[in-house]
Amino acid sequence: METNNLNPDKWVDLYADYLFNYAVTRVSDAEIAKDLVQDTFIAGLKSAKKFKGDAAERTWLIAILKRKVIDHYRKINSKKGKAEVRMSYSSQTDAEGDWIEERIADPNSNFENDTLENEELGLAIQNCISKLPKKQAQVFTMKTIEGMETEDICNTLGINASNLWVMIHRARTGLMNCLNQNWF
Amino acid sequence: MMISCKKAVIICDKAQYKEASLWERMKLNYHLLLCKTCANHSKNNVKLTSLCNQARLSILSDEEKKKMKELFTKVE
Repeated sequence: METNNLNPDKWVDLYADYLFNYAVTRVSDAEIAKDLVQDTFIAGLKSAKKFKGDAAERTWLIAILKRKVIDHYRKINSKKGKAEVRMSYSSQTDAEGDWIEERIADPNSNFENDTLENEELGLAIQNCISKLPKKQAQVFTMKTIEGMETEDICNTLGINASNLWVMIHRARTGLMNCLNQNWF
Repeated sequence: MMISCKKAVIICDKAQYKEASLWERMKLNYHLLLCKTCANHSKNNVKLTSLCNQARLSILSDEEKKKMKELFTKVE
């Protein structure tokens, strides 16, 4: 079996966005997510010696981040004090009755699945972006995620508009193929 | 009026970012009527745009990444 090595120098460039997306969907706060990613990298550096090389680097980092997210929720919960015990079925005081029958999930609702799906979708897209050639990924990210103007991107990267659109086209085609199996 | 597939797909990409002019979009639509391959590509392209919007992707800014890297060197 092929063993994996750690390259901490490249972590920020390679995984920061992926980990950030993972964290942001779980804590829904960009600032906290950023701190968690940073903590993850630091924890990773400190325990790099313990890395056995049987998982891919990113999987290993995600595992650390998972712990960080759990720790984060523990921390904010302990601040709140002990959990409140609620005796009523409903937390809405203006609800007409207080019947458990009213509280069951609506079988026709797909709201819960939607958030779950969006979360997976975000990671799937991020994963596919990371598989693109570097330049294409960069242009696509600037244009699509950061929403930069065509002209600004051209000036920053020193390319002309037709170069940009060719790269965007290749990136989008690449993404379509990459996402194809699961999302189209 | 009939444009090449190569031109059509680029206009299609521009349209995803609302940067295709009215005349370009007219040429594109005419092309899509006649070209099955491009029509299919266009359909997927629109789908990709909606997937990207749906996922509400976010990334860290270069500045934030730079800060992280600086922090790294301190730890090491």
